[in-house]
Amino acid sequence: MQVPAQFEYERATSVDHAVALLQRYGPESRLLAGGHSLIPMMKLRIANPETLIDINGLDELGTIRLDRDEHGAQLCLGALVRHAELLASAVAGEHFPMFHDAERVIADPVVRNRGTIGGSLCQADPNEDLSAVFTALRAVAVVQGPDGRRLVPVREFHVGPYQTVVEDSEILVEVRVPVRPGGGSAYTKVERRAGDWAVAAAGAALWLDGGRVAEVGLGLTAVGADRFGAPRAEEFLRGAPATEESFAEAGRIAAEHCRPVADQRGPEDYKRHLAGELTVRSLRRAAARARGLEA
Amino acid sequence: MTTHAADTTPMGFGSMRRKEDARFLRGKGRYLDDIVLPGMLHAAILRSPHAHARIVSVDTSAAEAHPKVTAVITGETLTGLGLAWMPTLSHDVQAVLATDKVRFQGQEVAFVVAEDRYAARDALALIEVEYEPLPAVVDATRALDPDAPVIRDDLHKTDNHIFDWEAGDAAATDEVFATADVVAECDLLYPRCHPAPMETCGSIASMDPVSGKLTVYTTTQAPHAHRTVYALVAGIPEHKIQVIAPDIGGGFGNKVGIYPGYVCAVVGSIVTGRPVKWVEDRSENLMSTSFARDYHMHGEIAATKDGTLLGVRVKVLADHGAFNNTAQPSKMPAGLFHVFSGSYDLKAAHCAVTGVYTDKCPGGVAYACSFRITEAVYLIERLVDVLARDQGWDPAELRMRNLVRPEQFPYRTALGWEYDSGNYPQTLRKALDLAGYAELRREQAERRARGELMGIGVSFFTEAVGAGPRKHMDILGLGMADGAELRVHPTGKAVLRLSCMTQGQGHQTTFAQIVAEELGISPDDIEVVQGDTDQTPFGLGTYGSRSTPVSGAATAMVARKVRERARIVASAMLEVAPSDLEFAKGRFHVKGDPAASATMAEIAMAAHSDLELPEGVEGHLDATCVYNPPNLTYPCGAYVCVVDVDPGTGQVAVRRFVAVDDCGVRINPMIVEGQIHGGLADGIGMALMEVLAFDADGNHLGASFMDYLLPTALECPSWELGETVTPSPHHPIGAKGVGESATVGSPPAVVNAVLDAIGVRDADMPLTPAQVWRSMQGRPLRTDVAVT
Repeated sequence: MQVPAQFEYERATSVDHAVALLQRYGPESRLLAGGHSLIPMMKLRIANPETLIDINGLDELGTIRLDRDEHGAQLCLGALVRHAELLASAVAGEHFPMFHDAERVIADPVVRNRGTIGGSLCQADPNEDLSAVFTALRAVAVVQGPDGRRLVPVREFHVGPYQTVVEDSEILVEVRVPVRPGGGSAYTKVERRAGDWAVAAAGAALWLDGGRVAEVGLGLTAVGADRFGAPRAEEFLRGAPATEESFAEAGRIAAEHCRPVADQRGPEDYKRHLAGELTVRSLRRAAARARGLEA
Repeated sequence: MTTHAADTTPMGFGSMRRKEDARFLRGKGRYLDDIVLPGMLHAAILRSPHAHARIVSVDTSAAEAHPKVTAVITGETLTGLGLAWMPTLSHDVQAVLATDKVRFQGQEVAFVVAEDRYAARDALALIEVEYEPLPAVVDATRALDPDAPVIRDDLHKTDNHIFDWEAGDAAATDEVFATADVVAECDLLYPRCHPAPMETCGSIASMDPVSGKLTVYTTTQAPHAHRTVYALVAGIPEHKIQVIAPDIGGGFGNKVGIYPGYVCAVVGSIVTGRPVKWVEDRSENLMSTSFARDYHMHGEIAATKDGTLLGVRVKVLADHGAFNNTAQPSKMPAGLFHVFSGSYDLKAAHCAVTGVYTDKCPGGVAYACSFRITEAVYLIERLVDVLARDQGWDPAELRMRNLVRPEQFPYRTALGWEYDSGNYPQTLRKALDLAGYAELRREQAERRARGELMGIGVSFFTEAVGAGPRKHMDILGLGMADGAELRVHPTGKAVLRLSCMTQGQGHQTTFAQIVAEELGISPDDIEVVQGDTDQTPFGLGTYGSRSTPVSGAATAMVARKVRERARIVASAMLEVAPSDLEFAKGRFHVKGDPAASATMAEIAMAAHSDLELPEGVEGHLDATCVYNPPNLTYPCGAYVCVVDVDPGTGQVAVRRFVAVDDCGVRINPMIVEGQIHGGLADGIGMALMEVLAFDADGNHLGASFMDYLLPTALECPSWELGETVTPSPHHPIGAKGVGESATVGSPPAVVNAVLDAIGVRDADMPLTPAQVWRSMQGRPLRTDVAVT
């Protein structure tokens, strides 16, 4: 049995309390949410935090709700929403079916029951699926620290592998996704086996205006895409006819601009191929959903 | 077809629920890590980060100063005790703790004993080892290069060669090839994989300083062999050693040998005077315990132009890792690999096997392989497909045409084996019919026309299990026989004591059913005792699918001894001559007078009563037996696998799997089918995802379950099973064993199906999406090294 090194444990009773604890224990402390990345890393002694600050009791971070104001609607996901809750959420699935596409293939039910969407984003694993999903959806992260809250577009959230803009004494509290009518979305993943990390995956969100692409968001997983994005392919698609030819060209551009690294999941050329192939498949499905041809 | 157990207990053979499941399903199994002894200490092992390095110095002072550490044992400590090296099961030695060099990543370097598991693990970080890294031998195909670093300088070797071994008639085989119309050849890698049992390995050693008795609780498939090896290695008298295997959470060959951690636990207990528990973690299990396979094969098959197979020729490079510690019969360095002529009537066959050292963990025979028959079956079943493809023949028809015919049994193969029985064409026909083979081929053609990739794979295997006749097969001089002891108590309840050891196979049920069949005592009234060497007769244990062929035979024989003893007692009770009694349905009755009878329970009570017995007959119903099998048993099976491959991504979905097994008489059909289900899942795992690869520096690339993938239910179709029954003529109840059949037979069916789907002649396992896609591009990956 793998056992972690010694650590202190604190249980936060509110977000403010958690922030205070982060300030008190400093950079060698870590927040404990679902723990399905952190605790295995601690058991392997890759991570050796001095203090764990358990935020699992912060129920206010566990809600999914649709907010409407003068700027329109947005889907607000609390950072402690479990993968299984997102998978089960009708409102999330109704507006963004790609959430359900992705959640169905994230790890396994045991991990999905505990793991959180905020933990996924903050872990910033380049092979993690939700970062690409939120990138495609142009979500906004709400980060709270000693000086209050700030908003960070998800496309500016990741600094590099395992690194985010969240400071030592800050907490990601919510992720907001703007809701616009006329869209469709999809996420497609290739894995070696159910529950494995992605060999590669691609997500697409598409809004149509007649036969043309009005707006599009793409996200790529595990292929070395800068901040999980494919902006050049998006640029190409915006205003282009929503056709197989356009999608194929977007896939080609996405594949060209990612930087996959060979590992035991696959060689570089295969991952690059998948970046294109899966972008096309997600675009195709997103368009079908936008047209109401597919659930 | 799946067999379900009835609610009633059969008085003998038949499906019944497993007696052991009540405790397993309620979480009440008692595994090694559940055992807590008074005063017990905990241990952890420091392992080498390098694949090949000289040890310059080991400084344990900081670890020893840890307040909770009671002992730190190093190679130097063991050298003083004469225990730094231990004999392997293959005429080699293995380092218990490294003294001179480390020879694979994960090799044992030091052993820390502490008050708790956390302190033991913390103290590992306090040990300072200075290494001088050496170039590593990672690629087996380069191990014999003149400039390859020499791994075993401890043996004063000048190269990495272990053995050359041949079987079959080389000249006759060459002649067959010289005159054959067609020859197909192929390079095949059966990659290194791992049994990965759910429970990892571990041991608790407790040396009683008063009695001088050593008790070892350990995860072992062969408790008696372990006891003898401890006596030979540690010099402790064998009668002062008790080995106890508690419930075992899966073995698959991973728990046959003795690992350095076990020896260190014994030393730790001697040094501290307290019980010492050592349990490895998952990474340690994957990095340092017996792997399986790692055979680089070049095979050739010869045939006439009308499709009659003539001969097979194969060269093998066998990667045995840093120490030759394969668990197999002593005289057979390649195990039973030379059954590779398979199920076909060949004129000649020959193999030449060369074993080499590499800087990898030792092992080779494990993972339900029946001593390398996995490799043999993969070889022949791939070669037959390659030949069929080259010639445009249907692979099922080619097999059917060349199978050994029923009238040829007992059949002596070109390599000297005597197959006991079988009706191969019937078994294959049944599998093809169940699958709807002709219809599948029609569907495949239609799908191909639409650009869809569907594949159909067939395999036919012959297993050779139940090792073995003592004169041919031994391990370290211990002949491969097994004992059984049966006691029927006065009330007619019974205790059966066995030398084999269940790891989840259901022995408590199956072996009780064998006694029930012979004596008419309900399986519910028979306790099956295994695993404790103080309570059970000597024997070689459970691996190589040998429990039913050997211990099952011993059980039937010992029950028959008891029955004959019961006959004498019954004759005294019924006042007739023993020969005037007939046995039926659990009772003896007088011939011609069924009313004059005695049940086994009545006889048991009478045996212990004041009943007057014939002169020289002792009053009890107990017996012992040792069964030395006259021959191996030869189960067989025909498998058909149907897959769909995504042309854009290379992902494989196994749509159907039809398995028709012939394992002779089935004692508990439900358990048999369960064994087959597990083996088929294994086969999908090996064919599609499992591999232990190493990078150029010898770093292990499969040291966790994130890296070493095992199949899940989502990769498995709903198995479609069928059976034929050809009893073994030499086994007392006609059973043949089935534990490894599906693991042996299924990988080539899956690989044949995938390659059939993508129209590629050959590509090595595992057929991951990347490997399939690359193979479709004509650029298959080499799967035993880091993907670049």
